[in-house]
Amino acid sequence: MIEFFLNGQRQRVAAEANMSVLELLRGPLAKCGTKEGCASGDCGACTVAIADPKDDAETGQPLTYRTANACITPAHQLQGTHLVTIEGIARGHALHPSQASMVACHGSQCGFCTPGIVMSLFALHERQRRTPDAPLDAHGLELTLSGNLCRCTGYRPIRDAALSMGEHADTRPPWADDPALEDEVRRVGSTSFCKAEDQAQRPDQHHYQTPTTLAELIAAMHRHPDAPLVAGATDLWLDVTQQLEPFEMLIDLRQVRELRQIEEDAEGWWIGAALTYREWEPLLAEHYPAFAHLLTRLGSAQIRNRATVGGNIANASPIGDTPPVLLTLDAKLRLAGPDGVRTLPLESFFLDYKQTALAPGECISAIYLPKPEADFQQRVWKLSKRREDDISTLLAAFRWQLKNGVLSDVRVAYGGMAAIPRRVKTVEAALEGRAPNTAAFEAAKQALRDSVTPMSDTRGSSDYRLAAAVNLLERWHLTLDHTGSNSPTQEVALDAYAH
Amino acid sequence: MRTLTKRLVKTSRHRSETEAGRTDAEVSLEARIESESPDTGQEIGRLEGDEPVARDTVTPRPVSNTPRHAQGHESGIKHVTGRARYIDDLPAPHGTLHAMVGLSQIAHGRVTRLDLDAVRAMPGVVDVIAAQHIPGHRDIGPVFPGDPLFADEEVSYVGQPLFAVAATSYAEARRAVKAAVVEIEPLPPRFDPVAAAEAGEFVRPTHVQVSGDWQQALEGTPHVLEAAQFVGGQEHFYLEGQACLVVPSEDEGVIVYTSNQHPSETQKLVAEVLDIPFHAVTVENRRMGGGFGGKETQAAPWACMAALLARRTGRAIRLRLPRADDTRATGKRHPFHSHYRLGFDDDGVILGGDITLIGDCGHSPDLSEAVVDRAMFHADNAYSLGAARVTGHRARTHTASNTAFRGFGGPQGMMIVERAMDDIARHIGEDPLTVRKRNLYRAGRDTTHYGQHVDQHPLMVEIIERLERSSDYWQRRDAIREFNHRSPIIKRGLALTPVKFGISFTAKHLNQAGALLHVYTDGSVMINHGGTEMGQGLHTKVCQVVARELGIDLASVRISATRTDKVPNTSPTAASSGADLNGMAARDAASQIRQRLLDFAAEHYQFDREGLGLENGKLITDNGASMPAVSWGELIQAAYLGRVSLSATGFYSTPLIHYDRDSGQGRPFYYFAYGASVSEVRLDTLSGEYRVERVDILHDVGDSLNPAIDLGQVEGGFIQGMGWLTSEELKWNDDGRLITDGPATYKIPTFGDLPPIFNVELLEGHPNSQASIYRSKAVGEPPFMLGISVWSALRDALASLAAYRISPALDTPATPERMLMAAEALRAASRDLQETT
Repeated sequence: MIEFFLNGQRQRVAAEANMSVLELLRGPLAKCGTKEGCASGDCGACTVAIADPKDDAETGQPLTYRTANACITPAHQLQGTHLVTIEGIARGHALHPSQASMVACHGSQCGFCTPGIVMSLFALHERQRRTPDAPLDAHGLELTLSGNLCRCTGYRPIRDAALSMGEHADTRPPWADDPALEDEVRRVGSTSFCKAEDQAQRPDQHHYQTPTTLAELIAAMHRHPDAPLVAGATDLWLDVTQQLEPFEMLIDLRQVRELRQIEEDAEGWWIGAALTYREWEPLLAEHYPAFAHLLTRLGSAQIRNRATVGGNIANASPIGDTPPVLLTLDAKLRLAGPDGVRTLPLESFFLDYKQTALAPGECISAIYLPKPEADFQQRVWKLSKRREDDISTLLAAFRWQLKNGVLSDVRVAYGGMAAIPRRVKTVEAALEGRAPNTAAFEAAKQALRDSVTPMSDTRGSSDYRLAAAVNLLERWHLTLDHTGSNSPTQEVALDAYAH
Repeated sequence: MRTLTKRLVKTSRHRSETEAGRTDAEVSLEARIESESPDTGQEIGRLEGDEPVARDTVTPRPVSNTPRHAQGHESGIKHVTGRARYIDDLPAPHGTLHAMVGLSQIAHGRVTRLDLDAVRAMPGVVDVIAAQHIPGHRDIGPVFPGDPLFADEEVSYVGQPLFAVAATSYAEARRAVKAAVVEIEPLPPRFDPVAAAEAGEFVRPTHVQVSGDWQQALEGTPHVLEAAQFVGGQEHFYLEGQACLVVPSEDEGVIVYTSNQHPSETQKLVAEVLDIPFHAVTVENRRMGGGFGGKETQAAPWACMAALLARRTGRAIRLRLPRADDTRATGKRHPFHSHYRLGFDDDGVILGGDITLIGDCGHSPDLSEAVVDRAMFHADNAYSLGAARVTGHRARTHTASNTAFRGFGGPQGMMIVERAMDDIARHIGEDPLTVRKRNLYRAGRDTTHYGQHVDQHPLMVEIIERLERSSDYWQRRDAIREFNHRSPIIKRGLALTPVKFGISFTAKHLNQAGALLHVYTDGSVMINHGGTEMGQGLHTKVCQVVARELGIDLASVRISATRTDKVPNTSPTAASSGADLNGMAARDAASQIRQRLLDFAAEHYQFDREGLGLENGKLITDNGASMPAVSWGELIQAAYLGRVSLSATGFYSTPLIHYDRDSGQGRPFYYFAYGASVSEVRLDTLSGEYRVERVDILHDVGDSLNPAIDLGQVEGGFIQGMGWLTSEELKWNDDGRLITDGPATYKIPTFGDLPPIFNVELLEGHPNSQASIYRSKAVGEPPFMLGISVWSALRDALASLAAYRISPALDTPATPERMLMAAEALRAASRDLQETT
């Protein structure tokens, strides 16, 4: 039994194992306004908004409504949240500005993607209400809407609708009038639908475990050694919707306190493994802008609101976006298991295709991100078939320092080039201690050609990957003038792709 | 953010200019139509075309494109509130079962074992069917045989249906399918359409169109160029996948709710599969979550399977394909391998030549005969080919049977001649736009290679010249050349490409439509017609036609779901013809009602019949204000009491069209729609990444029925066409299994692909020269091909790497990978060129 609020109404419903929010809505709750377009989190037709007090616990702010793909969000994760759907944002016949603006701008044609688009605009409008001074620019709109595919309109009227929401009456849904609603949501949110102690007593009666501390998590993993760990579920849930492989037991990480916090020390930060991309964003924007820019091209807003960096690492995909970057930053992992906690350099974590150094019963609890040195420099470039909401064909991450006119602490890592994300140490060696001149970079290119044999797959051929990977070394070279500073004499990359 | 927004700029256009811009032939044709049409103002005139008799469409009174025509979509509010129902949202009867389809995992082979016992034993399974359970027709090929409902002895593609299962839940049905034991003895598959064509493996015979002595033309010209071009296919990616709900009726039949562009054909096929009369099957569609051609023939199999399960179990059946199954099982836009060999003079004007088009049809004919025909009809695009031969092959390969998709072969046909335009321009050292303009149809060169006179061809010239000016083409051309000279890595490209698209089904009998109109005693009006709504705004336009004919408020007119028991024997909603055909049929029905009402009013109120009309919800007379006002409601009440029939059926068939396949000559199209676009791109030649930075479009819709909807079609069509040529890549593995089977790997344009500057205008002041509905033009497909300018601009950016001396090969889609590889090849070729010169 899970307890949550749907468009202001309290719900207590039985959620079956492996049920998604979308299935719960369209089935038992008979709310068919939310559509299924792909059941893989790629089209956004099922976009809903979720306010989760657990995400906002420390801000002391009103609840924030964030978009999610209902098709790959486990229904159990609704516990203690307020779920808002397309049926719940108008006030009788009076449309919410997100709806009125879409109608006025002819923003719907076939209408099937429209509920999802309206929900993304709803979340945007609620955010703008909170921070009315923050200007909405093209980039901000892309971040909001790139996860909502529309096959009919070509997006121009949707862009106009997004920009003109302010011209419509600021109609609020009836539930927004209820001053007690947020407190109620917070109260329910502070309870867990199946307490850890219950789970210990009746472990077989539940198919979804929600430990709240690292110790509880380790214990749950010990009791259920085969149970997958789930946080954002943005990749895991494809096993359910695409592979039809039901999970008998899942262990949810989203409430494990130690996995949701950031500890800062003199040299860096230990960042909880269950923090989402969105939660990483402020820290990266301040200290690692190139990394932060990469995140804007990772998935969509719906994905970034739920997916975690811990999941991206543990997944050990050869095309994960963050591992190559983290490798060049000398990131470390804190692994927690029945025998305690150990620290492992990220570089030692990936063993082979989808194989990691995690021991049985062990999980990633935090990721260590060192603070950048004063003369730290970094480039992160992602190549994909489509600029937004696409998986990398190739990802290149470079970091270095320039000391006395020579490159030092050079790190070069690629994703999409091998079975695992990895540094290419021969390339690093070709550049380390060299002035950033043509000879050094030609040597680096040759070292790369000699060191890698990229794969061919649906996203790109081996030849393309190798040619592009070599060319990105050239792009790097061109961004450095002869002194190695960042003052390129010519345009060497498109703004929209490269930071 | 940069400036954006579309606009509906009213262009200043004087009647005199319009007339001046036309040829004598054009004016005389229009004059003929007008003179043959009684100038009745409000009466129905008749135009004696070649055959059959068509109802004239002279506007009841002149109405310009005022904003009041820019009505919103009739379902707009329902879309944004989630109240618009699609198939899977319909409430289902108690006990409804869920069906799922078992698909072949092998591209070509003999089925040696299909053991479904394990499927029957799976939890929740109620029924399992395969080919032997079909009581009637086993082949549901829409035009020609070749599409078994279930593969029986032989499988022809990965994704071909083998069996179907009905279970108590969707998840159970999906899991049950996996339990089947299928053994297939593999046969050698064929995936290369060029090899298939060489081996004579065709789904339909080759067709040839010849105009003049093309061989002589090639021998006698100063320049001859030839090249081959591959144009990739395209997945429809309608957001609502294939879905139906079938409810058994109390007699031997079924009611089929289906996301479907062709309800009448599905009615026929369901009846034939079940071996029952057509009248036992009713097919209904209120709306689709996108169609784009993908639900013209490809929606029928699922309805047939569900109907069979429904009759066998006596229970309603829901069948909704998961996205990956949908993508594998259904056909796509035809990939084409094309080749041209053209002779031209020193100015780059084509004198003649030979064009060969090989359409990759997949395993069966489906609609490929007509698709390749349409590619052939558009191998000229807007240019005279002179003395030319155009050959169209229909190659058979072991993939899903490729099918209708917005443009229906037209885009693929145009690509070869647009390829040639760029190539010729590089060859003679002129700007591609200059060469394009020199080759446009014009007086003396105004007949196509299939013998149709090109009506309104001066419009094409005018559109291009206006777009040249409004987009600053030549200033930007200079700036771009200058930029490219200075910038070694980033290159910019610019291209203007035209579109001339023929309107009519090339299968003549499909050019007909029906409508059914009821007026109820409260004055509310219900209109029903044979067209289906897939987002294109057809229902909105048809309601507007009825409201305009009856002089009433749009809110008084409601449209109901398309149903085969209301309007029978309908054509698919396809070929951009929806509004042309159904709007005209609805107008016919409304005109009849109006006549009856005015006849009645003249007698009942003792008015002079001559000046009576309906406007603004009132009965009006010549000097309206002086007469006592009779409201629409009062008139309807009085007419009902006066025992006047308030229901009418309407009908329309397109006049003048004909085509002789034996000679390859005729007039297959009632008229042509025109448009042009200018695209500018910015390319990173180190990575292959690029951005479309600015697009300007001017498009001809005649006198627009609804400028807001037409603009939406133009913009959406352009972006979809751009996606086809840029990011949308279909890939199969060596075993013929489609590996881009969903949005994770198949990338349609998303929000950020919208060009930052996107200026789109509808051409105003140029009514259709033919007597179409209110002199409008069809708009569904033609704008799709405006996307070709993006591809041409990418070629232009690449060509700068070789100082515009080489015309780069660029197959499609032009992914970053293709762009980078082309850039690398061009740099190498440019070095060679410099070394040899």
